[in-house]
Amino acid sequence: MKEIIIQTKKLTKTFTDGDKQTTVLKSIDMEILAGEFVAIMGRSGAGKSTLLYQISLLDRPTSGEIVIDGVDVHDLSHEERTTFRLNKLGYVFQDYALLPDLTAVENVALPLLMQGMDKKHAYKRSMEVLDQVGLEGKYDSIPAKLSGGQQQRVSIARALAHDPAILFADEPTANLDIESSLLVLKIFKEIHAKGQTIVMVTHEAEYARTADRVIEMKDGVIDGK
Amino acid sequence: MVKNKKIHNIKIGFFLAFRQLKHASIWTTGLIVVVMMLTFLNLVVVNGILVGLIESSIEASEDRYSGKVIISTLRQKSIIENSSEIESVLKNLQNVTGIVPRVLAGGTIQADYRRLLKPEETPNQASTNISGIIPSEEDKVTGLSNYVIDGTYLDDEDRDGVLVGAFLINELTPIDSIGFSQLRNIKVGDRLKLTIGNNSKEVYLRGILKSKIDNIDARIIMTQSELRKLIGRSDTNVSEIAVKLTPGSTEEDAVRVKNILIANGYDFDAKIQTAKEAEPKFLKDMKDLFGLLGTLMGSIGLVVASITVFIVIFVNTLTRRKFIGILKGIGITSKSIEYSYIIQSAFYAILGAILGMLVLYGFLVPFIDKHPINFPFSDGILYAPLSGTLWRVLALFVTTIIAGYIPARMIVNKNTLDSILGR
Repeated sequence: MKEIIIQTKKLTKTFTDGDKQTTVLKSIDMEILAGEFVAIMGRSGAGKSTLLYQISLLDRPTSGEIVIDGVDVHDLSHEERTTFRLNKLGYVFQDYALLPDLTAVENVALPLLMQGMDKKHAYKRSMEVLDQVGLEGKYDSIPAKLSGGQQQRVSIARALAHDPAILFADEPTANLDIESSLLVLKIFKEIHAKGQTIVMVTHEAEYARTADRVIEMKDGVIDGK
Repeated sequence: MVKNKKIHNIKIGFFLAFRQLKHASIWTTGLIVVVMMLTFLNLVVVNGILVGLIESSIEASEDRYSGKVIISTLRQKSIIENSSEIESVLKNLQNVTGIVPRVLAGGTIQADYRRLLKPEETPNQASTNISGIIPSEEDKVTGLSNYVIDGTYLDDEDRDGVLVGAFLINELTPIDSIGFSQLRNIKVGDRLKLTIGNNSKEVYLRGILKSKIDNIDARIIMTQSELRKLIGRSDTNVSEIAVKLTPGSTEEDAVRVKNILIANGYDFDAKIQTAKEAEPKFLKDMKDLFGLLGTLMGSIGLVVASITVFIVIFVNTLTRRKFIGILKGIGITSKSIEYSYIIQSAFYAILGAILGMLVLYGFLVPFIDKHPINFPFSDGILYAPLSGTLWRVLALFVTTIIAGYIPARMIVNKNTLDSILGR
């Protein structure tokens, strides 16, 4: 039986704007198993991205528990959360979120260097992952010289290079044309087949079907599993 | 995997800073570096010129008048006993390159002595020190002939020629002060009457001296033999001995010479001082004051530079807030990001200081040395000793780093997700 890699209990997120309070996540109980490919779907404002940000440690919930890979992340300090993200999690953002001053290989190698890997091995590993996502020969290109699809593939390579326990993807195809979107999903399927846990937020039902399981969000609660 | 976290964070900081600098606009980088260079020059040059004003005056005084050691009469004495002995001892010292014995006497020089003055008229005369020199020896050691601005220098055999300092001629140095008298409307070749005590002698104005040294420009200079005759002295004792040491000698060398004379007991015959000890107190106070003023003015420049760097780094971090958020999001520590901005600030400061030092020592110092600034009381040089300059480099470096660190920390401390989403 597969172990639970993400578990939330009564996860709540409330935004405060002056006197006005808006609860975006309402007591979410959720479990994701290791090696699962889960798509979180929902309309705009349903709370899907907010849920992703909480379980990927990019934000802190107002209340509730999150356990990731056996670690209750609630009590982690700011620096411990950073280190946890570095070692356990990988991110693919909607707008690629590459660093403009770094080449493709440098963007991918940065988390590895931060982990303490020496430059030679970090670059070698980065080139291997860039090859995996079909970017041979683009190692030294800066993001501005790459197409949107290519930039998203660099972003995927960066997220995968350090073998994260979980890959989080926030609307990874939203800024891409169909061809590039399908290529990204194909890469996701391939890495999932090798056992990678993936949590992807999307509003495209067709793309969500690529996943093992779809979590439907509606008005801050899980609508169906 | 990471042994020393701090060093590791610095290494990542270097990685990020280097790449950010590499892709930065060359014009922006150039502008910041030029601001840094000008700040550095402002720090060093303002102070250097102010202190150089006094320092050049002191150097000139040593060069043209006192030498490194000056021996003068004890209080209540008009001569230095055993002058010849002292001179012999000095001549045998290894680093003594020249000695200048001078005889001094107080007296008056008058221009309108040949006509009868009306009762309400004040005589055209000046009271001052008269210095008796051996012209060739004085010139060899102090180069006094170089400061004759009108007329000619004295010969050793000159019987009635005198040199008059520019302070004693109203047209050259207008001083309107009660108790200080000056000669008016005199020119080279004019006959003058020199009076010392009850003795007078008719002399003529052979030359006018202007050396920017008070002890030269406020004196009347004539041959030692003629002065001795006038004051009725037949001994060989003198009133003042200037001692020149080998070029580049330090205060310690001067103290060594002084101590040798004291060890021989000559401090009972004369007042023995290094030139530094003989400096008037007001000159030392002025030097300190000008140094303080220069530092204050330089500090204002330093504040301006730190504000510039603060704004540059603040704008830089603000526009790159999203990328700072991404860096934090993918697991780069806040410290590494802060170090990257500190390193960028340090780069601006170091490059600015290096360029500043090149301009300073490669151009400004040698140029001003060759073409001193013509101040009324000294030939201004740019006084910039390396040790002082390095302290200012350090001040610029530390200030710039702090100015770069504060905005970086402000932005890095923002919520990671807010930074990524730009909210």
